[in-house]
Amino acid sequence: MFKKTLSAVVLTGVFAAGAAEARDQIHIVGSSTVFPFATTVAEHFGKNTKFKTPVIESTGSGGGLKLFCAGKGEGTPDITNSSSGIKKSQLADCEKNGIANITAIKIGYDGIVVANAKNGPDFQITRKDIFLALAKDIPDGKGGYMANDNMTWADVREGLPAIKIEVLGPPPTSGTRDAFTELAMEGGCKTFDDIAALKKSDKKAYKALCHTVREDGAYVEAGENDNLIVQKLEANPNALGVFGFSYLDQNADKLKGANVDGVDPEFENIASGKYPVSRPLWFYVKNDHVDMVPGIREFLAEFTSDKAWGPEGYMAEKGLIPSPAEERAKFAKAAKELANNVRDDVK
Amino acid sequence: MSESLSHAQRIEAGLARRYRAERRFRMYGIVAIAAAIGFLALLLTAIGFRGAGAFQQTEIALEITFDEALIKDNDWQGMVKASLGKAFPDVTGRRDKRNLYGLASSGAGFDLRAMVLADPALAGRTQTVWLPASDDVDMLMKGVIDRTLPEGDRRITDQEIAWIDALAAQNRIDLKFNTRFFTSGDSREPELAGILGALTGSLFSLFVCFILSFPLGVMAAVYLQEFAPKNIWTDIIEVNINNLAAVPSIVFGLLGLGILLNVMHLPRSASLVGGIVLALMTMPTVIIAGRAALQSVPPSIREAALGMGASPVQTVLHHVLPLAMPGMLTGAIIGMARALGESAPLLMIGMVAFVVDIPKTLTDASTALPVQIYLWADSPERAFSERTAAAIIVLLAFLITMNMVAIVMRKKFERKW
Repeated sequence: MFKKTLSAVVLTGVFAAGAAEARDQIHIVGSSTVFPFATTVAEHFGKNTKFKTPVIESTGSGGGLKLFCAGKGEGTPDITNSSSGIKKSQLADCEKNGIANITAIKIGYDGIVVANAKNGPDFQITRKDIFLALAKDIPDGKGGYMANDNMTWADVREGLPAIKIEVLGPPPTSGTRDAFTELAMEGGCKTFDDIAALKKSDKKAYKALCHTVREDGAYVEAGENDNLIVQKLEANPNALGVFGFSYLDQNADKLKGANVDGVDPEFENIASGKYPVSRPLWFYVKNDHVDMVPGIREFLAEFTSDKAWGPEGYMAEKGLIPSPAEERAKFAKAAKELANNVRDDVK
Repeated sequence: MSESLSHAQRIEAGLARRYRAERRFRMYGIVAIAAAIGFLALLLTAIGFRGAGAFQQTEIALEITFDEALIKDNDWQGMVKASLGKAFPDVTGRRDKRNLYGLASSGAGFDLRAMVLADPALAGRTQTVWLPASDDVDMLMKGVIDRTLPEGDRRITDQEIAWIDALAAQNRIDLKFNTRFFTSGDSREPELAGILGALTGSLFSLFVCFILSFPLGVMAAVYLQEFAPKNIWTDIIEVNINNLAAVPSIVFGLLGLGILLNVMHLPRSASLVGGIVLALMTMPTVIIAGRAALQSVPPSIREAALGMGASPVQTVLHHVLPLAMPGMLTGAIIGMARALGESAPLLMIGMVAFVVDIPKTLTDASTALPVQIYLWADSPERAFSERTAAAIIVLLAFLITMNMVAIVMRKKFERKW
């Protein structure tokens, strides 16, 4: 009896290995920020076409690119989503493994908001305040730098509430964190003239100064689950949280977004580019896979159609901030032609 | 004067204290059990309260005209829009219309498509159909969105509430049992999301897990317990099996990624791979439980069989194994119950994914129940939080059923010596 079962198991294994040869389902990995949008498109695509619904894994932007760049063939993903543009080193990694033909599509924008509970104090902050509150080292006013000793928001700037600095935000593995340090902290950091001068003389020191978040408990790494941050903010009205705009949008009855540099984090302000802390979202297509896995062309067409990513599209309903019309036209064209355009926007 | 007390008197004097200590000790035990039950009850009621809402879904009754032109264009949502437009003819502005159409789920059209596919004669006819409402309307109907808040603070405008109230006045909006939750796969729209895909994935994984880990585990246990010589090698194997049972599950996931996916090229996200990984994790438990079950079979059975001339293999297959089987099955089911709740090893092999299609074979992409719970808990839409709790209820029900089977089997086959 056991012999039979065992041989059946071995047979199943062999059969499975055979079945693995032909994949007929698009496989997507990448950013957890893009996940809600990409899954919405995938669902519409699956229900409206004869193709299978693509499988989407939420691996984080960095993890996604690592899988994507691991090689060509059935076992590797066809598309990866990213909430920060591909970096030179990541592209080099791809090229080393023979993946040189990549189409880059900008999906739209996502605002990063700093928010607190409805019953907490109102915050009117600048990017400089964010830097002074959360950086590890800050200027000491005498031309040098010292460990950040701001304990309350009132220490940061006169007029801000006199409550302890407590910010819940994503860990360093997250694309949201990358964008937050780059846009909010660095944006505030370079308002100091001597730091801006440092950028020219010593880029490494400049980056270390502007991108390093303090580790004395004022910034709490709250994990990748943004809903958890939302719940913690409800329980603690003195804490602020850092997350994507869609979570603020969905929880507008519980949370309010801080006004940054005089601009409220609202849909229109992010779309028009007035709100300073917003970043583009991307996805990358392995062009060599297009004729191997059925449906990639059609999926790209669905993704880049106005009913998906336009101002009235279904991704906008999920909180995506659409790109301007000319940018959409440019990337829709790139998607159609499968342009090998990944090198146009590499940092 | 203590010296004047006799031995018996001293015992007498201490007796009350000893009884008190005894009662105190029992009290500690009762308090511990009460605390455990209290926490369990708290957990279950909290999940029950949060999840109960997901078993109902707001639906709207709409006069749908199955317009032949729209059927030809494949514009099923267009019929829903036309019907809503007819119900509120005085809504004209572009933005207002958009809000009005948003009352019905964006997946309502798929229901109509399924209806026409099932009965092509519907084309051209008009009929009242109950269709799912959007998640925001659903949340308002269930009271999760508070309509007394100022308009800017909620996701539903006053105008939308007025429409909903108008529909309610005509008895055309109501909470109905959410069958879709049990019959469909995952979705980005909370009102369309169901648990069946994850449940099927879990069943497939457990099936693979069982057919791999049970025979292998039983064979290993039988050999180690009944046939293996007692020497340093069997000791090393035994220690390793015990250690393996305590290895964190994510390690098995890494093994699956390294060997099954990268070397053997099995498909990513497939329940087959998930099942193999879970089987590796469960096997040590099966072996340990199996050996304990074999050990509890009295030696007299073996001796009697051998004395009657049975060979060692006959002794084991005809006498020892059948008697040990209930214990082995119980061990296997408890191991599988643990496997059912695992999500960490599945993360490494790509089963933490958005999968809409319900898996049909072992190599189809699929998720599992704990993974589905994790994914829903991370979704921004408010309505997903009650679905998360409901998915937990389904997972718990699954677990309890498995444990019940274990208990029933043990009761049925168990023999006392």
